[in-house]
Amino acid sequence: MSTAPDPVAAAAAAYTDQLASVWSDAPGLWGFLTTVNHKRIAARYILAVVALMFLAGMLALDMRLQLSQPNLNRMDPQLYNESFSLHGSTMLFLVSVPVMEAMAIWLVPLMLGQRNLAFPRLGAFSFWLYLGGVLMLWVPHELGITPDLGWFEYPPLSGPTYSPGHRADIWAQMITFTEVAALAASVNIVATILKMRPPGMTLARMPLFLWAMLITSLMTMVALPAVMLVTSMLIADRLVSTHFFVPAGGGDPVLFQHLFWFFGHPEVYIIFIPATGFVTAIVETFSRRSVFGHTALVLSVISIAVLAFGLWVHHMFAVGLPRLGNDFYTAASMAIAVPAGVQIFCWIATIWSGRPRFATPLLWVAGFIMTFVIGGLSGIMTASAPLDLQLTDTYFIVAHLHYVLIGGAIFPLLGAFCYWYPKATGRMMSERWGVIAFLLIVGGFNLGFFPMHVLGLEGMPRRVYTYGPEMGWGTLNLVATIGSTIAILGGLVFVANAFLSQWWGRPAGANPWGGATLEWAAPSPPPPHNFDHTPVVDSLTPMWTAGGTLNVMDGLGLEKREVLITSVIDAVPQYRQKSPEPSLWPLIAGLAVTMMFVGSIFTPWAIVWGAIPIAASLTMWFWPQRERRPSGPMRGRLR
Amino acid sequence: MTDAIATRRVGSLSGLPESAEGARHLVWWGNIGFMMIEGTGFVLAAGVYLYLRSQSHGWPTAGAHLPDLMWSTIFTVGLVLSELPNLWVLKCARTQNTRGVRIGTLVMTLIGVALAGLRWMELQHLNAPWYESAYGSVVWMLMVLHTSHVVTDLGDTGVQSAWLFTHAIGDDQFADVEDNANYWTFVVLAWLPIYFMIYWLPRLG
Repeated sequence: MSTAPDPVAAAAAAYTDQLASVWSDAPGLWGFLTTVNHKRIAARYILAVVALMFLAGMLALDMRLQLSQPNLNRMDPQLYNESFSLHGSTMLFLVSVPVMEAMAIWLVPLMLGQRNLAFPRLGAFSFWLYLGGVLMLWVPHELGITPDLGWFEYPPLSGPTYSPGHRADIWAQMITFTEVAALAASVNIVATILKMRPPGMTLARMPLFLWAMLITSLMTMVALPAVMLVTSMLIADRLVSTHFFVPAGGGDPVLFQHLFWFFGHPEVYIIFIPATGFVTAIVETFSRRSVFGHTALVLSVISIAVLAFGLWVHHMFAVGLPRLGNDFYTAASMAIAVPAGVQIFCWIATIWSGRPRFATPLLWVAGFIMTFVIGGLSGIMTASAPLDLQLTDTYFIVAHLHYVLIGGAIFPLLGAFCYWYPKATGRMMSERWGVIAFLLIVGGFNLGFFPMHVLGLEGMPRRVYTYGPEMGWGTLNLVATIGSTIAILGGLVFVANAFLSQWWGRPAGANPWGGATLEWAAPSPPPPHNFDHTPVVDSLTPMWTAGGTLNVMDGLGLEKREVLITSVIDAVPQYRQKSPEPSLWPLIAGLAVTMMFVGSIFTPWAIVWGAIPIAASLTMWFWPQRERRPSGPMRGRLR
Repeated sequence: MTDAIATRRVGSLSGLPESAEGARHLVWWGNIGFMMIEGTGFVLAAGVYLYLRSQSHGWPTAGAHLPDLMWSTIFTVGLVLSELPNLWVLKCARTQNTRGVRIGTLVMTLIGVALAGLRWMELQHLNAPWYESAYGSVVWMLMVLHTSHVVTDLGDTGVQSAWLFTHAIGDDQFADVEDNANYWTFVVLAWLPIYFMIYWLPRLG
């Protein structure tokens, strides 16, 4: 039976093709270098993060093997120092924060029903600088110049007297790269969330993930300047003989710690708060009901963000600060357990009162809740200054920080990866292998890290490359090594599942999980322009209240890249903004900044001369492409 | 778009304008974002100054001297007065006065050059090398931080002026002029507490 072509469907297909051609990148290498597509940029971030997690994981395994028995000599102290420094610096600066930004870069425009970020070229620039930070740390490592003072390099040890050479400079400048990248991404995310919400998505109807990313990005903009400032001061002490951290010149090494932890503690929440957004989205979808206590969750996120800036001294209890200060920071550190607890209860209430379906994303949430609660409880213990004095610099701290960072952020991230994978690729991941990976990772992690609490209580210090048999730590260390190995094996299963499911996974369709938010309205994978039309929102769960048919508006440009700009509070449409075309200038600007950052390790003049190519590339980046003025002495013929 | 969900058209955005001004414009928010980052940097740098001062027995520390007032005060008065033409440029941008923004950005560029010269003279009279004491280090850090903003905005204004004189100006470029003028106001406002802190706070005790 033959049927006549449907003219309506044909017109819709032509419309989609036209939009896709306007929003597509050029083919080949040129398109690769010039893209400003948020999905491609995010994918690059995520691939880089996966590679770095593998490398840092191998370092961890290497260290665990070294510690698996007393008196092993497969690593010497210097190699051990380099290994934990590289592991920590990679995981904190090159994995944890960037991967959360990457998820936002990918997801925020989709969840807003938008076609791109607010500042697409800034998104590309952010990635290139992040890549610069990765190379800044790992290329010198390959050349045998590896930072060896941990992931926070306190002076005076990192100062010019005790750390000649360039190991400390490389660490400090790696931070400058990644923090500029993170700040660029954060401004982009804030502007996108505040000014590019679809009609109807008032602040009150904004999904928690968007709240989480808005708050996280604002935190980033306040916290990260501190670490940029302090590492710049360290470089200045090393390069041009300033005296910021030199007591003989009136400086103070403790100042470094204050500034570092003014950044460092909020950073923990900059990593954790996006995870609360993932968890909320997953819990809502797989409980098949709107999240319990949305307002309480939003207020909890805001409370955590505010309190996070009042806690940094709890990393410095052993420094010898005034008692009253320690008391204040103990109280503040314990207070943050309240909003964190409210969140946990809201998620449990949602699952409890819903119709939960324990697919892999929700399994990860369950793993997160169990593990993070343990990390939270050990956090309350270390928040107490007297107890912390006993526990500081022991394996108890190693256990605690891994429970909160891996349990609190990486487990939700893996759940998020499983949850949104079908949207990104159009394929489902294998549930069977997903469950196996989950069991290996969560089981291996707990087997590997729980014994470290006991080792810490028994007095085993962190950052030692070996220990004597008389200490009695051998058995628990062996258990920890076995657990870590199982977890890493699980990680390989997870990555293999993700990799192979691109070919073997069954087709996902637009909304395989029955999700409630707008990204599920786009095809899987989304086309270059994401959505044919602009969605109109009337609730917190637009896909559920739409009744199978989503209200949309048309009218954005078909011949050029346009995005909708709306008002900050009520998301009322205001105007159509031209969205920038692909460009090579973000990459060139990134290279210019790289030259300056690398050069400034060797000479301060790099900052002066390096500013010239940066200024030139930024000028070309922002140079508006419009016609010359038609009259007057500067008219077009001068060209 | 085979697997997209069904949609119902409820309106059109085609009647919306293609640009906006002030806080309605997207770029205005990006500008505010970077001011927030840089403002945090200034606050933290000021915190470093006050922290080191609180840890020191004498301020300036031994061997260093207080900076001279003349050039810094001339610079500061000039900087504050530059707000008058700057606010006029802002007004021209908001009213889409083509001639006004061209001349205004040129004038602001010339003022920026003059202020950079004054700043250069000011740097010659800080009386405390950065490499001799923590006091000198932090004073120079604050000066370099602010000077980099003066120079950046001078470069931006100069390029903008060159573009405006040679091209037909659209709505988005008026918005750019507005953002640049707002940024200059930020540079002016950021300086006033630093000026007070470096030049007057030690003198007041």
